[in-house]
Amino acid sequence: MLELFIENFLNIDSLLQIYPLLLQGLRFTIMLAVVALPLSIAWGLVVAVAYSFHIRWFNILLIGYIDLVRAFPIVVLLVLIFYGLPFLGLKLGGFTAAVLAIALNNSGYYGEIFRAGIEAVPKGQREAGRALGFRTWHIIALIILPQAIRKALAPLASNSLELVKTTSIAALVALPELLRSARVAQEQTYNPTPLIAAAAIYFVLLWPFARWVAVLERRAQLQR
Amino acid sequence: MDRIIDNYFNLQVMAGAFPDVLKGFGVTILVTLLVIAVGMGAGLGLALLRSLRIRLVDLLIVIYIDAFRTLPQLVVIIVIYFGLPYAGLSLSPFVTMVFALGAILSAFAAEIFWSAIMAVPPGQSDAAKALGLSRLKTMALVILPQAGRLALPMLTNRAIAIGKGTALGTAVALPETLGQAQSVMAIVANPSPLTLAAMFYLALFIPLVAASRVIEHKFGPGH
Repeated sequence: MLELFIENFLNIDSLLQIYPLLLQGLRFTIMLAVVALPLSIAWGLVVAVAYSFHIRWFNILLIGYIDLVRAFPIVVLLVLIFYGLPFLGLKLGGFTAAVLAIALNNSGYYGEIFRAGIEAVPKGQREAGRALGFRTWHIIALIILPQAIRKALAPLASNSLELVKTTSIAALVALPELLRSARVAQEQTYNPTPLIAAAAIYFVLLWPFARWVAVLERRAQLQR
Repeated sequence: MDRIIDNYFNLQVMAGAFPDVLKGFGVTILVTLLVIAVGMGAGLGLALLRSLRIRLVDLLIVIYIDAFRTLPQLVVIIVIYFGLPYAGLSLSPFVTMVFALGAILSAFAAEIFWSAIMAVPPGQSDAAKALGLSRLKTMALVILPQAGRLALPMLTNRAIAIGKGTALGTAVALPETLGQAQSVMAIVANPSPLTLAAMFYLALFIPLVAASRVIEHKFGPGH
């Protein structure tokens, strides 16, 4: 029984045979995260800073944008971009399509997180900055944002973890990232060990980060 | 402009796809509701189990929570659907989705419930004890109502995030909204069914996202 289990799920031969495939997949996963993460954060920051000027009609649009993007399942977005856009003559590769879908989706999440963080900074900070003769951009960059980011650290970290996990949906557009590579390897070897190995890699890489997020979240909750 | 309308908002194609996509939408709603029921129920159960403070049980629950909080949704789905059959356990796409997303939501919910229970001031359970309430009654009548209020904003956000994951069912050929739309799209060579599917999802999730905003405002930090 145990032997059968090991032969199926922890098969060393299978692992030796397919580990180059998994490593290559891991490279794509990391590349996706490295490109999509800063892009999403920057995009969300732009949305939130735009909101902080409190132009009424514009803010209604921004909230509409944030909620629309957050209500849109990212898989649907990815399928629309990858399979839908070619009908307009715009054919994107799997990598570009995945980055675009992740960044667009997360611009809503980061936008809302930064927005709430900025709104939580007392108004007096902005006024004091102005009284001291700071320019608007300096007030935002040097006074508001550092405090806003501190206040929003827990959700920022949590969302960044979710973003890295989300890169696995690129498997749906045939990009050979970690999950897709594991699936290919599983089909080649008729053995599920690659799937288990991929899950183990995700866990080992992300677990420390997940722990840190849990600590931050608990601390944020206690501060309330 | 005409090309956009013809490709993405083609009413004729949409009308043809409507019955299939609507059927898929029924599956989406059913899976979402089951995932929320399973996830919230199991999450609360795990949090209560933790409050008994039995060392070994605690350890097992923490491992469970960490595993399902850390692994991506699609990875859990794929491992269950394509991996478990090797152990002689073949689950249908429907059951796979409910199990996978339900397990993930239960892990997040357990952690949220648990930290909310911990955040209720200890004076509350002391007072209940002084009033002669049993441990069970203290939990049910004093601690949980307060913890629930604290947990509500995060629980709603998580439930929405994981509910949207039902669209991943397309990866295991579950005939839900997105999968149905993709099948029709492949036949008619026109992506309007995708637009229709997107509209269905938005009709379901925009009210929920808006509601989460209200809940955040009412029960969130500082209230």
